[in-house]
Amino acid sequence: MQESETWRLAPSAALRPEPFGALAYDFASRRLTFLKTPTLVDVVRSLADHRTVGAALDAAAVTAEERPAYLRALDRLGATGLIVHARAGSPP
Amino acid sequence: MTLTPQPRAGSSPGARGASAPRPLVESFEEGLDAPICLTWELTYACNLACVHCLSSSGRRDPRELSTAECRALIEDFERMQIFYVNIGGGEPTVRADFWDLLDHAVEHHVGVKFSTNGFRITPDRARRLAASDYIDVQISLDGATAAVNDAVRGAGTHAAALRALGLLQDAGMRGMKISVVCTRHNIDQLDDLAALADRHDATLRLTRLRPSGRGADVWGELHPRPEQQRQLYDWLLTNGERVLTGDSFFHLSAYGQPLPGLNLCGAGRVVCLVDPVGDVYACPFAIHERFRAGSVRGAGGFEQVWRHSDLFTELRSPTSGGACSRCSAYDACRGGCMAAKFFTGLPLDAPDPECVMGHGQAALESVPASSRPACGQDHSHPGPVRNAPVRTPVAGPVALGPVSVRPRSSPPDRACASGPLAPRELTLLTEERRAAGPPRAAG
Repeated sequence: MQESETWRLAPSAALRPEPFGALAYDFASRRLTFLKTPTLVDVVRSLADHRTVGAALDAAAVTAEERPAYLRALDRLGATGLIVHARAGSPP
Repeated sequence: MTLTPQPRAGSSPGARGASAPRPLVESFEEGLDAPICLTWELTYACNLACVHCLSSSGRRDPRELSTAECRALIEDFERMQIFYVNIGGGEPTVRADFWDLLDHAVEHHVGVKFSTNGFRITPDRARRLAASDYIDVQISLDGATAAVNDAVRGAGTHAAALRALGLLQDAGMRGMKISVVCTRHNIDQLDDLAALADRHDATLRLTRLRPSGRGADVWGELHPRPEQQRQLYDWLLTNGERVLTGDSFFHLSAYGQPLPGLNLCGAGRVVCLVDPVGDVYACPFAIHERFRAGSVRGAGGFEQVWRHSDLFTELRSPTSGGACSRCSAYDACRGGCMAAKFFTGLPLDAPDPECVMGHGQAALESVPASSRPACGQDHSHPGPVRNAPVRTPVAGPVALGPVSVRPRSSPPDRACASGPLAPRELTLLTEERRAAGPPRAAG
C-alpha cells in the first residue's frame, strides 16, 4: 500500500471499541478482525476523513519508524476487504 | 484475524513503549465490553431427546421470553455491537416466532448462526436461509454413521441431518457448520466426518462432551478414553486449520503444543449464555445457579449483567490455579474447563476431570458421589419421544469417570450444539495465537 492511495472502511464493516483497540466485523464476509492498538483504530477510522493513507497516518501521529508496520497492517486489512480502495482524490 | 502493527524483526519489543500491543488472550482474560461469542438458547422445547443434552431440553418453559422481549434483546445486542449471536435451544425452530426473530435480527444488523437438528429445514426455508449473508446454519451430528449418531441423538436423526445439509447445499448455501460432540464412539470417525463436511461444502466443528445437563448422566460412558484424547489431539494438530473448535479443547494443549482455536476458557470473559427464560450464564455448559450472573429481565438488562455482575467480575479476576499451578503444563491448559470440574463434583481449582497428565482421574476418585451438584434445571421430556436415542449395550470397558448421578428412566436429548466459540472467530483467534509469539511480519 502506498501512502498516496485513498482507502476507506468497507461499507459492510463496523468497529467496536475495546480496551485493547477494537473489534472489527465485516458483515459481508462474516470475518472478525482484532485491531490491537488504539492508534491503528484511529488510523482506520480516519481514513474516511483523509484523501490519502499518509494523511491519516499523520493525523494519528504515526512516526516514520512505525509507518512500515502500519502500512503492512493496512495491507492485510485491504486484502481481507475490511478496508476498500477508493478512487484517488475521492472526497473525504 | 489479528491485525497488529508488529515491530520489525530484531527491533526491541519495548521500543514501541506504551503502544506495544499485548497478547489478545490477556485482554480476553480481563473481559471485553461485549461478548464475542454469545449463545442464546431460545427455548427448552425440543422434538428430540439426545442423551447428552447440555441444557436438559425437551419441554418448553412457560416463563420463556416473549416475542416482544426477544425483539428487545436483539435491539440491545445491536446497541452493544454484538455483531452476531449463536442461537440454539432446545430446538430453536420449534418456536413459532423463530423465523420472524431471525428476520428481526437481520434487520438490526445482528448476524445469526443457529443450531438445529435439521428436521424443520424445508426446501423453501433452505432457499431463504441461503439468500442471507447474515444467517449461518449449524447442523448437529454426532457420528459419521447412523449407528453411532442415532445412539446418542435419536432414531432417524442422522438421516434428518444429512437431508437438511443436502437441502442447504442444493439451495446454494456454503460453509454451513456440522457440529459434532466428540465421544469415544466417534473419535475414530473424524476423517469420515471431515469428508462428509467437504462433500456438503460445509465446515466441521468439534466440541467437547461436557458433563452438563443430561450429559452428566452419560459422561462416564461416552467421554473419550485417555488414549482417544491423545488421538483427538494428534488429529487436531494435523487437521485443526480446517475445523472449528472454539475453546473446547484447550485442556488438550497440555500434551505439548497449543492447538488451533482459543486456548483459554472464555466463560464470562468473551463467552456467555442467555437461556430461554432470560437468565445469563457464564457459558453454555454451565446452566446452574453457581454460574448464573443475572437476568436480561433485571434492571439494566443484558448490558448490566455483562459489564457489572459479580460473577463475571469474579471470572475476569486473576485466579490462583490451585493445585494445578505447580504443574508444568499449567500455562498451557490453565486448569481446564470450569464446567467439567463443577459437574463432576471437583473444586474449581482442581484439575480438569480429563486432565491429560492423569491428575483428573485421581481427583475424581476422591470425590464422593454426594458432592456432585444436582442438575440446575431439567426440561426433559417425561416420556419417550418419536425419535428416541437407539440405546445399545456399550461394549468394552466402562466408565472412567463417575457414572450417572441422577436416576433417569427416559432417554434424554441433546438440544443443540451451541458451543463457546463461533466459526469465524475461531479462525481469527487461531491466527492471533500464532501471532502472539515472537514478532513477525504484520498482518
